[in-house]
Amino acid sequence: MQTLNFQQLWRYQDQLIDGTLHTLLLTLVAAAIGTAIGVAAAAAVRSGPRPVRWAIRGYVELIRNTPSLIQLFVVFFVLPGFGLRMGAFEAASIALGLYFGAYCTEIVRAGLDAIPGSQVEAGQCLGLTRWQVFRHIVLPPALRSVYPAFTSQFVLLLLGTSLASQISAEELFHTGGFIETRTYRSFEVYAVICGIYFALVMTFKLLFAAVGHLAFRWPVRR
Amino acid sequence: MALVDIRNVTKSYGSTQVLKGVSLDIKEGEIVTIIGKSGSGKSTLLRCINALERIDGGEITVEGQPVRTDMPNLRDFRQRVGIVFQAFNLFPHMTVERNITLAPVLNKRIAKADGRALALDVLERVGLADKIDAYPAQLSGGQQQRVAIARCLAMRPHLMLFDEVTSALDPELVGEVLKVMEDMARQGMTMVLVTHEMGFARNVASKIVFMHQGRVWEEGPPAELFANPRTPELQSFIASVR
Repeated sequence: MQTLNFQQLWRYQDQLIDGTLHTLLLTLVAAAIGTAIGVAAAAAVRSGPRPVRWAIRGYVELIRNTPSLIQLFVVFFVLPGFGLRMGAFEAASIALGLYFGAYCTEIVRAGLDAIPGSQVEAGQCLGLTRWQVFRHIVLPPALRSVYPAFTSQFVLLLLGTSLASQISAEELFHTGGFIETRTYRSFEVYAVICGIYFALVMTFKLLFAAVGHLAFRWPVRR
Repeated sequence: MALVDIRNVTKSYGSTQVLKGVSLDIKEGEIVTIIGKSGSGKSTLLRCINALERIDGGEITVEGQPVRTDMPNLRDFRQRVGIVFQAFNLFPHMTVERNITLAPVLNKRIAKADGRALALDVLERVGLADKIDAYPAQLSGGQQQRVAIARCLAMRPHLMLFDEVTSALDPELVGEVLKVMEDMARQGMTMVLVTHEMGFARNVASKIVFMHQGRVWEEGPPAELFANPRTPELQSFIASVR
């Protein structure tokens, strides 16, 4: 029986660190793109003109009901045919950003729907603009109510960045494949990769708990 | 000239006509109490005065300006005409200070320090200066309603509308809110109230308006109206709330 040997992996620590940093960067860029899309699209779905609402619904349904790997391939292999040429990391950021944005749209929309219309009315009665009402009155409690769903989706995004290895974007899973082909230590390599993903997720969970505690401090009567 | 001039106003929701030609004058400094059964159109009339509802016919003018939901200076108008709701509608994620100063800071661009002074000033008028840093969930219903009144006062309105502001309160909390409103009445604020508090209507109001089936059925000074109701509908209403 073959014995476990993690020692060979030690000399690839620079690649592992680099892969981890790329995974982090890919996650954060995609999350930033997706969050911006999600907030804007959720607001537009509620109060935008009908063609815009249809377009957003179409986007959400298309992304949520097709494999994310194919979406990644479309951005990386098909868009260059229309003149949109980009590197693997940029393509992965955009594809995963669009993927996260679709889920984020539905999450934020649920939060906005949970805010009573009377809150909007109270803001209007104080002479606030629609944007001021949305930004100051509707959005903060809406985000609080969907914060757990948002953070769960973020974790799925982080784990989903491993798909980017399929277009050779340099991230953690891709690094794992690279090390495996040189060491033939599949189990050890993927055990370490798994451990790093696990550590990243747990770190983000702690971070989100702290951010949630600081950002949503107001008491709620239940 | 009347501060508020309501002429033959009609309003329907679908096929249900709620206001059927309401006419009413409200002079500066008057305390007008609108009474009547549920569904008589009282709250709808109040919401029409604040341009929260579009009227179908007739005209409402406030300080000589026609009120419409699409009027160009609607935001300025709403800062001059404050409204307090039955359900308080405080913003739960903001402290009392932020609830009060949000609109003045955003729209009148007052400095943060001046904002706190403004909040303290209006909170003192409703007896809640010590709650300036509390959140709405940490206040009783009566306190929340007094903060809602303070939030309105911070806009320095020329007219205040109160839509059944004591109806959602426990009986022991009603008095503290009514006292604040009595103080405001003494200070000369023009107020229009929809209320079921007949004691307040009798003692504080300068004019009572009895609405029935979407119309102003009777109006006049409280002593006269309560002592000598001319219509059987008002007689029956007074008997039912006694």
